[in-house]
Amino acid sequence: MKSVLPITALALASLGFALDGTVNIHDPSTIVQCNGKFYTWGTGGSGLVSDDGWTWRRGAQLPRRGLAPDVIHIGDRWYVYTAANIGAQPKAAVNMIWSKTLDPESPAYKWNEGGVVASSDGVEDSNAIDPGIFLDPTDGRLWLTYGSYFGYIRLVELNPKTGTRLNPNDTPVNLAINCEASDMMYHDGWYYLLATHGSCCRGADSGYNIRVGRSRRVTGPYLDAEGIDMIQGGGKLLIGSGGRVIGAGHFGLLDLGDGVQKFSMHWEADLDRGGASVLDIRPLLWKDGWPAAGENLKEGTYELESVRTGTSLEMAVEGVPVGGPRGRGGRGGPGRGGSTAPGGAAAPGGAPPGAGGRGSGGGMFAGTGAPIPPQDAAQVSANWPAGDIGARMANYLCQAQQKWAITAVSNAGGYPGSPYFKITTAGTDRALAATEDAELVVLPAFTGGPEQLWRIDQLADGSWRIMPKSVPNSKEALALSAVGSSFATLAKFDPKSDKQHWLIKTP
Amino acid sequence: MKLHRYTLAVLLAIAAAAQVAPATLTAPTTPAIAPDGQGFIPRWLLLEPIPVNGLTESAVQKIVKTDYFPNQYTVLPHDADKVTVGKTELTWHAVDTKLYNVNLYHFAHALGKPTSDVLFWAVTIVNSPREIPDVRLAIGSNAASVWWVNGKEVIGIYSDRQTVIDDGVSTRLTLHQGPNIVRAAIINGGGATDFCARFLDADDKPLKDYTVSLSEAGK
Repeated sequence: MKSVLPITALALASLGFALDGTVNIHDPSTIVQCNGKFYTWGTGGSGLVSDDGWTWRRGAQLPRRGLAPDVIHIGDRWYVYTAANIGAQPKAAVNMIWSKTLDPESPAYKWNEGGVVASSDGVEDSNAIDPGIFLDPTDGRLWLTYGSYFGYIRLVELNPKTGTRLNPNDTPVNLAINCEASDMMYHDGWYYLLATHGSCCRGADSGYNIRVGRSRRVTGPYLDAEGIDMIQGGGKLLIGSGGRVIGAGHFGLLDLGDGVQKFSMHWEADLDRGGASVLDIRPLLWKDGWPAAGENLKEGTYELESVRTGTSLEMAVEGVPVGGPRGRGGRGGPGRGGSTAPGGAAAPGGAPPGAGGRGSGGGMFAGTGAPIPPQDAAQVSANWPAGDIGARMANYLCQAQQKWAITAVSNAGGYPGSPYFKITTAGTDRALAATEDAELVVLPAFTGGPEQLWRIDQLADGSWRIMPKSVPNSKEALALSAVGSSFATLAKFDPKSDKQHWLIKTP
Repeated sequence: MKLHRYTLAVLLAIAAAAQVAPATLTAPTTPAIAPDGQGFIPRWLLLEPIPVNGLTESAVQKIVKTDYFPNQYTVLPHDADKVTVGKTELTWHAVDTKLYNVNLYHFAHALGKPTSDVLFWAVTIVNSPREIPDVRLAIGSNAASVWWVNGKEVIGIYSDRQTVIDDGVSTRLTLHQGPNIVRAAIINGGGATDFCARFLDADDKPLKDYTVSLSEAGK
């Protein structure tokens, strides 16, 4: 249980933006959305709420203050499952409560007791805590996993109409061992069992890490990528410690629609928050049938390359070749045909014509003989127009108008996992913005308008969706779209099209 | 006009027979034509090439902003119309392409005209059965090109480049009911030269519900 993780696993996660506001929580329930707000509850029943999934604050407490609750919405009810010790561990029980809303301001906010749905007697190989609730999208059956390090992670079926145990006398199915904080999800014909391995509740010394196995049947067996059954301790790493955060636990799927999936979790210790246990949201990627933890975007200077076209977004100004214009000189020596024609003499800075073979001679292939420094805006922007400039696509040539600084904007809100960003031509304040006719423009300066704020979500394949916070005079959510090799626009996001998939690459 | 069509046909046939260049262009035989299966515009009026030099953005913009002949941004020429550029008389030719693209190398070579460091003007008329908003002109060209729809410049792509379908794409525009004039200036540096053009609808699907003619009466 306390085995040391491989070093490679430790390197998988790196520091992204931590969520903003009050994010202290332990064992968070799967983040859910109700009436436009995001909710989660942790051990002790303490709640967090957010208007946008980025900035969080304290929310209402649950009437049942148990261990590691989980929540699901079915029909007109929100069901919360929370566990409690009912004697010396591992004697425990999972209780259900339900309400028609999660919003305490709503008249419909009223929690009702639903009773015990699973329990452990203190002797059997089970500790009935850490519930995880799963509605099978293929048949509408409702399942509950639960358990901790004493004995097995178990599965029981619930009644989706009431949230209660379907057949209380049914024997639970054992799914996994040596883990806790289990949850399930379905993807492309497979059921996935997520569970947290490692040591809990030890701050920066916690070895918590989230692992996964999969099965064709909801009842298992759940095997990891090496074929090891989770009931024998198997599990493929989804996310472990990295950067300035330690101990990843309590996976919860946050499906935002349009193929954008994220997951909620907690870190046992955020070193930048004094080692506190905090909430986090990360992109959920898929690779070869396995989920993988993505990254929330970090600030930096990037090339924005279309997956569809391979061309890159640029401010529509005439580019200057890096290192300055060079003539099409001769090809060098006899290794490529002998002649230096049509350039005749060597290109500027090149070696003498005819001096050697291909790759070693003079002419157009010889280079300058010295490193060419990166091109920045200060070198080439003298003739850039002062006003609005269009945006377009071009082959990436390392030129200044093709490099974009992506910078988080303070106090501008955000979305699950990230703040809004501004996208400016690197080295300038010229800001990419949406126009009222749903096209793109580069403004002379960033002024903070919502059409200049960008939401950047990592998609299942690791590429990115780039969306303005809003488009003037439009209520429709639009995404940056490569409609042509040399032109980008804003269009409705289609997860099946490469047009709105972008690679964000370091220049 | 008949003589001219005959002349062009003979030239193209001769070129094909001599295997100097495949004949992909023919003289139109109908008043109007539908776009091809992929929505590409098959019928154009092409002006014999004008010698120019330069493919950079600034060079191309300077080239296309130069006055070569009267009303060059508004004229609706007819087959065999002639203009004088400098001291050279150049002729407009009506062509249909057999392919998705219009091969300007075939066009110029068959006429014994230069194919390198030249500017081609192209004009066509797209007859829309109704007003269609939120469409885009989508083109590819070898090499640089600038495009106008109903007199408004909508696309400019620059540098030495090959024809890629839907390379340059305009912002959203509205096709009027009836004739819409599409005009292009294609500048070649050297070697092959061609272009293709079509309209995309609001869902980026090729627009096919229109006809192409070379006079407003041909719709």
